[in-house]
Amino acid sequence: MYRYDEFDHDFVKARTAEFADQVERRLAGEITEEQFRPLRLMNGVYLQLHAYMLRVAIPYGTLNSRQLRMLGHIARKYDKGYGHFTTRQNIQYNWPALSDIPAILADLASVEMHAIQTSGNCIRNVTADHFAGAAADEVADPRPYAEILRQWSTVHPEFSYLPRKFKIAVTGAERDRAAIQVHDIGLHLKKNAAGELGFAVYVGGGQGRTPIVAKKIRDFLPEEHLLSYTTAILRVYNLHGRRDNKYKARIKILVHETGVEELSRQVEAEWQELKDGELKLPEADVQAITAYFAPPAFVARPEGDEAVKQARLDSRGFSEWLAQNVTTHKHPDYAAVTISLKGIGEAPGDASDSQMEAVADIAEKYAFDELRVSHEQNLILPHVARADLKAVYDALVEIDLATANSGLISDIIACPGLDYCALANARAIPVAQEISRRFASLERQRDIGELKLKISGCINACGHHHVGHIGILGVEKKGTELYQVTLGGSADENTSIGEIVGRGFGPEEITDAIETVVETYLKVRLDRSEKFIDTYRRLGAAPFKEALYGSEAKAA
Amino acid sequence: MKILTANRLTDGEAVWFSTDHRWIESIEGSEIAADKAAEERLEAIGKAALDNNQVVDVNLIDIQLVDGEIRPLRLREQIRAAGPSNRTDLGKQARPEVSRAA
Repeated sequence: MYRYDEFDHDFVKARTAEFADQVERRLAGEITEEQFRPLRLMNGVYLQLHAYMLRVAIPYGTLNSRQLRMLGHIARKYDKGYGHFTTRQNIQYNWPALSDIPAILADLASVEMHAIQTSGNCIRNVTADHFAGAAADEVADPRPYAEILRQWSTVHPEFSYLPRKFKIAVTGAERDRAAIQVHDIGLHLKKNAAGELGFAVYVGGGQGRTPIVAKKIRDFLPEEHLLSYTTAILRVYNLHGRRDNKYKARIKILVHETGVEELSRQVEAEWQELKDGELKLPEADVQAITAYFAPPAFVARPEGDEAVKQARLDSRGFSEWLAQNVTTHKHPDYAAVTISLKGIGEAPGDASDSQMEAVADIAEKYAFDELRVSHEQNLILPHVARADLKAVYDALVEIDLATANSGLISDIIACPGLDYCALANARAIPVAQEISRRFASLERQRDIGELKLKISGCINACGHHHVGHIGILGVEKKGTELYQVTLGGSADENTSIGEIVGRGFGPEEITDAIETVVETYLKVRLDRSEKFIDTYRRLGAAPFKEALYGSEAKAA
Repeated sequence: MKILTANRLTDGEAVWFSTDHRWIESIEGSEIAADKAAEERLEAIGKAALDNNQVVDVNLIDIQLVDGEIRPLRLREQIRAAGPSNRTDLGKQARPEVSRAA
């Protein structure tokens, strides 16, 4: 993985010192809250309901064991013993004192981490496929390009005060696991007929109050033009994006209002000015960055097949976990492991300090010291020898992180919601917990099959409800919580926005409503091979409306 | 009826302005404004506390009295007064010496 060079170390150190000074001056009353607020946000510090919140960047979700151990240490020393992994592959701490944040940032800097650009109207943490570098189906590891984008976008003077925040995601496989079509820019790394690397470029996707699927404006952009083309898009956005209304300030609105053809024309025109200039990536630089992401030295471990076969016979739990949480690796003797942070009845994405430390130990011992955070709020061990899978499983059982539910209905994305967030209108975590408990039976979950359930506690859609096969949006109505259900959303290569199925449900009704939707699916699916999303696409909302609202639906 | 709430500058702790004119960590004991004049007085106190860098995010919130105890009308403020509803081991609800609001 990428290692800081001298410049990076100096930069992060200087920034940490600068913010420490700003905090000191704020605490001494030398600067006002109005002056301080933008400064703290630029360093990832929010104010939530109960306390400050610190959002730490995990570039493209990649971590080593030393870094994860430090995240656990921070949770224990400065917070309340846990952290929350987010849909931007970052981690949030819910309880830090402002006066402790300089010390936290210094600890983070000691392991090459920071919280810069995790807030504000700038280019946020670039996300990537969580199986990057391991996936059997990728054409190349997308992370070197995410790292190039990170370096280019960090405190970029032209793009630090955009009309609104800006999110970029990169995937290197046809199967999109990074939700690129709901990003401001989505990049799909691919090869052309000549075997050269480049990107399909998507622009103007996003969720929030106006969910829009991104438009592809280029089918193949040669890799050396990554920065020139991205700069061209950002320039057009920076110039024409709306600053008069924050709800209309994202690039998706500009694309929508301008029209994709005209916007593409503007981007291409800007790019013509830039493409052969200093932003053209030198091959040597691309290779130098790519070298940081060289795969580990995989030694042949052919004994894995026999070991896995035996372990499956010995342990039903292992067998189920293997079927659900273990993914095919590009090397036949290895596998990628999803560590579910969605234990039955647990808060999605939360991990305790001791769990983080134990997972770091497992990664160091069995996974070449590499870890990933997925946008689905799980942790990933990208490279585990199949021969070591049982040992990894046993170690995860010890720390209650062996729930075999990856991709199933209890593998829920949920934002922090009204239990923590100052923007939320309704709770999200307790809804996720109750649904998870209702569907606790793994046998039942596996019968239901792949089902992406996503919950947001407000229209900002941090819980990605618009692209859940089943989405739940919490709103406040007459002082109480109400949950709207959407169906048919998807965040993969066939991205779609879910449709509201009908009137909302109270907190005490929502789990029953979800169960009704699921039972309806089980009744109307062709067979077990037809996934929920495929059944929905075949039949539409009608059978679900009928089941949820009965004659009321017919009358409507 | 309204009370005055904010978060303490140094650590972000949710606090309320009390009948004995301090910022306290419990909603119980908050000064209640029952009329417009009292609300304006609390607002002025909040602005001064913001200007003095004691607190941030100052707000007047609606409450009612339930069996003599202060209860915010909005769920958001009920959760602020108690702590995360999914983690009753955290926040003020976990510190009965601080709060009876849970």
